[in-house]
Amino acid sequence: MTSANPGRWWRRFLALPNDAPAKTIGVAFLVALVCSLLVTITAIALKPRRDANRMAGHAAQILALVDTLGGGVPDARLVDLATGAYVTYDPGTTVDLQSDRDLAGLGSRESVATVFEVRDGGVLRLILLPVRGAGYQSMLKGYLALQADLNTVAALTFYEHGETPGLGSRIEERAWQAGWPGKQVADAGGVIRIEVVEGAATGVHQVDAISGATRTSNGVTQLMRFWLGPDGYGPFLDRRRMEEEQ
Amino acid sequence: MSEHRRTVTAPLLVANPVTLHVLGVCSALAVTTSLAASLVMSAALIVVVTVSSGIVSLIRRHIPRSIRLIVQITIIASLVIVVDQVLQAYLFAMSRRLSVFVGLIVTNCIVLARAESFAMEHAPGASVLDALGNGLGYALILVAIGTVRELLGAGTLMGVTVLPITADGGWFTPLEFMNLPPSAFFLLGLLVWTVRTLRPEQAEPARESMDITEAR
Repeated sequence: MTSANPGRWWRRFLALPNDAPAKTIGVAFLVALVCSLLVTITAIALKPRRDANRMAGHAAQILALVDTLGGGVPDARLVDLATGAYVTYDPGTTVDLQSDRDLAGLGSRESVATVFEVRDGGVLRLILLPVRGAGYQSMLKGYLALQADLNTVAALTFYEHGETPGLGSRIEERAWQAGWPGKQVADAGGVIRIEVVEGAATGVHQVDAISGATRTSNGVTQLMRFWLGPDGYGPFLDRRRMEEEQ
Repeated sequence: MSEHRRTVTAPLLVANPVTLHVLGVCSALAVTTSLAASLVMSAALIVVVTVSSGIVSLIRRHIPRSIRLIVQITIIASLVIVVDQVLQAYLFAMSRRLSVFVGLIVTNCIVLARAESFAMEHAPGASVLDALGNGLGYALILVAIGTVRELLGAGTLMGVTVLPITADGGWFTPLEFMNLPPSAFFLLGLLVWTVRTLRPEQAEPARESMDITEAR
């Protein structure tokens, strides 16, 4: 018979006894297909709105962070990460990262990033850099606040992650984040030294790891190294150091 | 027609899924700190239980028995994700307050119970009405508890001041306990007690050992 007729195929499929293996597999497949289509379409259609909501949430987060660091009005600036220069337009493009330089496990990063500056009478006081990187089982997203010398950490906060509750999730706790302010990112020679260490953290470049969450802690070290390095905000910070001194 | 009406109204008081079967208790305890949260949670559950029962009923003759629970849960879980996404898009602050509890509708036994025990054996129309009734019955309990908790815990309803609290210069001292989950447990217990006193036939016969039928 003409098995090419889809209507006939469909009727033959429906007429199969429910416990026939072909019917079982077929129904499972069709239900999964329709459900995944439904979920996918909803997720894609609503993504712009959810992103806008999340952005508004970030704005509140940034203001709260700035408030705890002495207040002021954060000014959003677009920065071309490759050159470190301010730009006025975000083309929305991304740059692939070679795996040996991709410390934070990102795959690719945006070519233009939004940073936030707080100035007192034109003098830079704080700079807030969005950072992210792979933790143990999720992407850690947060803000690194640097003081005007661009080397002293003012704060590190994480606002989004999916780490193990009670272990890696402690990166969002104030108690752990309190270990960051005052730490020095780089040594006198400009080499990035900041790291999260197990055991007792000593010295100005070290922060205590979260016990039981080694991979999360290492992820934080790696994302700090990446975003402060040449593929992250390195060029921007170098340029700021030169220009803000004049 | 009257039978249809009974399908919808019976689960409100006579056969309420929360007070009679003690189903869906977990979220009733967790999200009822305010009336607004109770309403949104109720609406989310009503949508999921109604639509999932309708779909399960539509394809009931073609669901192989060996995988019927998986098929039902797949449908329910997909609907829950969709509802969660809609909340995140249009009611962002509320979706953060409800946090994981919208997602946990998947595990709310009212939903699976309607799909498995009713929709698998009835026509779509009856299944939708049955699910709607049970969803409304759940909503009734959540709204009742949410009203009491918000009123006594914060002196407000839907965020509007009803009882001026002392912190703002009023006379009402809020009951801090109402903001904690155990208060919902006590309120729910009082409610079940009241309903079963008025309708003694709902009380379960005394048993030798405690039998925990359902947690969520």
